[in-house]
Amino acid sequence: MLKKLAIGVLGLALCGLAMAAEWNLQPAASKIADDIHGLHEWVMTLVIFIFVGVFGFMFWSIYAHRKSVGHKAANFHENVGVEIAWTVIPLVVLVIIGWPVTKTVIAQKDTSNADITVKVTGFQWKWGYDYLKGEGEGISFVSTLSTPREQIEGRAPKGEHYLLEVDNEMVVPIGKKVRVLTTAADVIHSWWVPAFGAKQDAIPGYIRDLWFKATKTGTFRSQCVELCGKDHGFMPIVVRVVPADEYTRWVAAQREIAASVADDPDKSYALDELKARGEKVYAANCVGCHQATGKGVPPAFPALDGSKLVNGPKNDQLALVLNGKPGTAMVAFGKQLDDLELAAVVTFTRNAWGNRAGEAIQPSEVKALRK
Amino acid sequence: MSAVLDNHGHGHGRVHDPHDHHGGYGGIMRWVTTTNHKDIGTLYLWFSLIMFMVGGVMALVIRAELFQPGLQIVNPDFFNQMTTMHGLIMVFGAIMPAFVGFANWQIPMMIGAPDMAFARMNNWSFWILPFAASLLILSFFMPGGAPGVGWTLYAPLTVQMGIGMDLTIFAIHLLGMSSIMGSINILTTILNMRAPGMTLMRMPMFVWTWLITAYLLVAVMPVLAGAVTMTLTDRHFGTTFFNAAGGGDPVLYQHIFWFFGHPEVYIIALPAFGVVSQVIPAFSRKPLFGYASMVSATTGIAVLSFIVWAHHMYTVGMPVTGQLFFMYATMLIAVPTGVKVFNWVATMWHGSLTFETPMLFALGFLFLFTLGGFTGLVLSLVPVDIQLHDTYYVVAHFHYVMVAGALFAAFAGVYFWLPKWIGRMYDETLGKWHFWLTMIFFNVTFFVQHFAGLAGMPRRIPDYPLMFETWNRISSIGAFGFGFSQLLFLYVVLKAIRSGEKAPERPWEGADSIDWTLLPTPAPYHTFETPPVIEEAP
Amino acid sequence: MNQALLDQRVRDNRRMLVKLSVVALAMFGFGFALVPLYEKICQALGVNTLIAPDRAYANTQVDLTRSVTIELDANAHDLAWRFRPMLRHLTVHPGELAQVEYEIVNVRETPVTAQAIPSYGPQNAGQYLRKLECFCFTQQTLAAGETRRMPVVFQIDPALPKDVNTITLSYTFFEVAGASKE
Repeated sequence: MLKKLAIGVLGLALCGLAMAAEWNLQPAASKIADDIHGLHEWVMTLVIFIFVGVFGFMFWSIYAHRKSVGHKAANFHENVGVEIAWTVIPLVVLVIIGWPVTKTVIAQKDTSNADITVKVTGFQWKWGYDYLKGEGEGISFVSTLSTPREQIEGRAPKGEHYLLEVDNEMVVPIGKKVRVLTTAADVIHSWWVPAFGAKQDAIPGYIRDLWFKATKTGTFRSQCVELCGKDHGFMPIVVRVVPADEYTRWVAAQREIAASVADDPDKSYALDELKARGEKVYAANCVGCHQATGKGVPPAFPALDGSKLVNGPKNDQLALVLNGKPGTAMVAFGKQLDDLELAAVVTFTRNAWGNRAGEAIQPSEVKALRK
Repeated sequence: MSAVLDNHGHGHGRVHDPHDHHGGYGGIMRWVTTTNHKDIGTLYLWFSLIMFMVGGVMALVIRAELFQPGLQIVNPDFFNQMTTMHGLIMVFGAIMPAFVGFANWQIPMMIGAPDMAFARMNNWSFWILPFAASLLILSFFMPGGAPGVGWTLYAPLTVQMGIGMDLTIFAIHLLGMSSIMGSINILTTILNMRAPGMTLMRMPMFVWTWLITAYLLVAVMPVLAGAVTMTLTDRHFGTTFFNAAGGGDPVLYQHIFWFFGHPEVYIIALPAFGVVSQVIPAFSRKPLFGYASMVSATTGIAVLSFIVWAHHMYTVGMPVTGQLFFMYATMLIAVPTGVKVFNWVATMWHGSLTFETPMLFALGFLFLFTLGGFTGLVLSLVPVDIQLHDTYYVVAHFHYVMVAGALFAAFAGVYFWLPKWIGRMYDETLGKWHFWLTMIFFNVTFFVQHFAGLAGMPRRIPDYPLMFETWNRISSIGAFGFGFSQLLFLYVVLKAIRSGEKAPERPWEGADSIDWTLLPTPAPYHTFETPPVIEEAP
Repeated sequence: MNQALLDQRVRDNRRMLVKLSVVALAMFGFGFALVPLYEKICQALGVNTLIAPDRAYANTQVDLTRSVTIELDANAHDLAWRFRPMLRHLTVHPGELAQVEYEIVNVRETPVTAQAIPSYGPQNAGQYLRKLECFCFTQQTLAAGETRRMPVVFQIDPALPKDVNTITLSYTFFEVAGASKE
């Protein structure tokens, strides 16, 4: 009796543990994710059952058929009936597993009749979101990790959403079918939201589609899930699901922001303005290698503070930042940042730490240098 | 010019000191010029052990960084180099050469042949390996360091890497050549040099698994060579195989790589199955259950392994029919694999079991490889794989089948055959310590990674969100324990060689293949110079 | 060993050498023959539809019972090109001829040559989107500051599976390196 009670309690405890966040798939926020939970549980139950059965035999044998207790070896070594049985029965089990799984596979591929289409572009090392169709059409922004460098380097305590927070979240309305087109600008990345059960590789030069429909509001966080270089672990994905009216308000707000920050590439900017903007660009793109102190991590990541290149002719530094240095981790930032951002960040580096160039680089100079 | 040797006939070879007449060389040159399968087997095994230690250190660097969230020890670029080289070195430098070492030592003795068919090519198959390994290590010292692309070397990330990538490509070509030459040797030896009466269906299971593995190797190593060569030309010679700009496709690389990659894991697993099929019957004092069925199951696994490759690619955007086909084919492999597991258990059933170290490792294999196989079944299901692809669940899965699977079988093989090779016994108590420490720390390291993966931790990241901290701490502690336990193995082997107790002629009473029954212990330098005649199934 | 056997051995070896050389040469030749062979096989199997120009269907009925939404997408990751579709999406009936335009602007001070690669979502819908006129795989050279409008004329094959009613047509422009040195 006591034994049964103990087993019951253990079973409940295990179920409870299975529900706890760290042991199992993340809580589902879409029907597909829910189906996947169910499939996983079903297969695990079956697998554990078979495992215990088969190894029950093995452990019994270890116990009862030991030479040390005097057990003598039998001589049998084949049996066609048994071989057939343990070939056919697993086949049947596989068919039983395969049937419900097939239905989910087919459902996951059906991207038709979407309410909203969003194109997701993977960059080294951030995500770009373009709302192509449906409410919010035309909204376009880049989503970069916003965890401060001090937290990563252990100089400040880590926040709750360490490595899972971004400056601009992807926002979608609840209950609407969202079709996501993934692509990439440089190497293969992969976009994933576990809560929706949606994952797709982002392949440069190609678009691939997937879909999800969120059944819960909330903020759902995840990370890039295909090795894409140095900062593969530092390009999270954050999707916020909101009620329909809040979504409409978000769309309106985005349109206002877009209108007001249109960068005029021929305008001239003041040194202070460029330095301030440049500091932000540096924090989002350069600090990982060249460090907040500008000292870098030589020899892999050269120091910028006191560097010959940064203190030398500006066009040399501009050319390097624009085009990258093949064979190293320095990518061509000309592909990811616009003329104003590049002008700002180069101005910043030339006027920060011990560097005292005293002059500003204008976006038009960057434009001129793009080969 | 063959010396007129005192041939004691009936394949027993000479009884006196096995260390004379090594082609007239002593010292280093003996090892450089040897064409003797036993010497070459020894070379492969030592090389494998050294590479295992090197790859192990890299694993410890990885786990040290992952002990806590945040970047403490290495920068992300170097971390990627560690994960890449850990994988390449373990797969190509440690585990594959270990089983080739077993093949060289055991196959001729198990089939009554005096040596491998192409003894000189055998020498070259080995000596390519240290050179290839040096290239891999050298890549760390190149500008840009070693490639940080994962052992799978996906394009177009590989096109961004520095010259370390080219060194790696060159090393892979060499490793492939070594494997292909070795396989040609194995195939020819097994098919042509069996002693009279040693029919295919009388061969020990270990020989069968290597026969099949050798076919897999010659079929797929050239495919890997193709994939890395196309990467090389994309990098330097203006081709665009994997670049959409010129009409190419990055996914093409994945197809080519995994067409090699999936049979590759069976190339690693099948010889492991072979070792276990020798050890379990020996320590059960009962013949292997269902020999014919084991042969068919192994063949079935090998054939099926060619049609499942895209289960590594479910998330690339494959059409539904593709996903379903590969899912069904992958699920199907569970059937012959299950047959093998059942046959091993049936071999033990009503045997007379003892649990010396080889048997402990074989049983550890049986239990944990099957566990890894089940997580493989979970991963084969497309919707579930969508959640688990490229997470730590996959890392856990393949470490269960490669480490608790192949590596444990390799340990079983070493403990089992060491007396035959050196005529001395290893210390049984220390061997058992090695087993239990390895068993416990292995599971501490890798079992918790299943949970990390389920909870959503991606692979190949040097830093992670806070919710994965507990599992990572535990895993890192386990990894250090596991790593240091392998030093005990080194000690056990060295101690046995230096001062092990002299082994009896038949240290394992249940072992009945002809290497045990017809040859002395230790086996002389040259064996079966006159083929034995096999009258009944051993 | 007697002389006759040795001679036989030499002859056998020579014969083997000849056979092996023939095989080696044949495989080498096969490698070259693969180039035209590959094209023929792809044509026969209908693979490699990306580069083959599409032909209009003669006598195609316009299927008025269904509508397909075509989404248009443009990518140029080198920001110095501005590349956009003039329309974000349109609705067509299978069989109906439709035309859309894309605009490219070279915002650089120097001429640039690039070519566009198409891609489709869902992937296999691509074979039902017959492009009768398109700028893909054709190198475009734009002078500094030049703007160009390029048409795409297409027709959806009525055999498009019934469960597909949205197709995304996406172009990515890649610069052709070295083709535009001033």
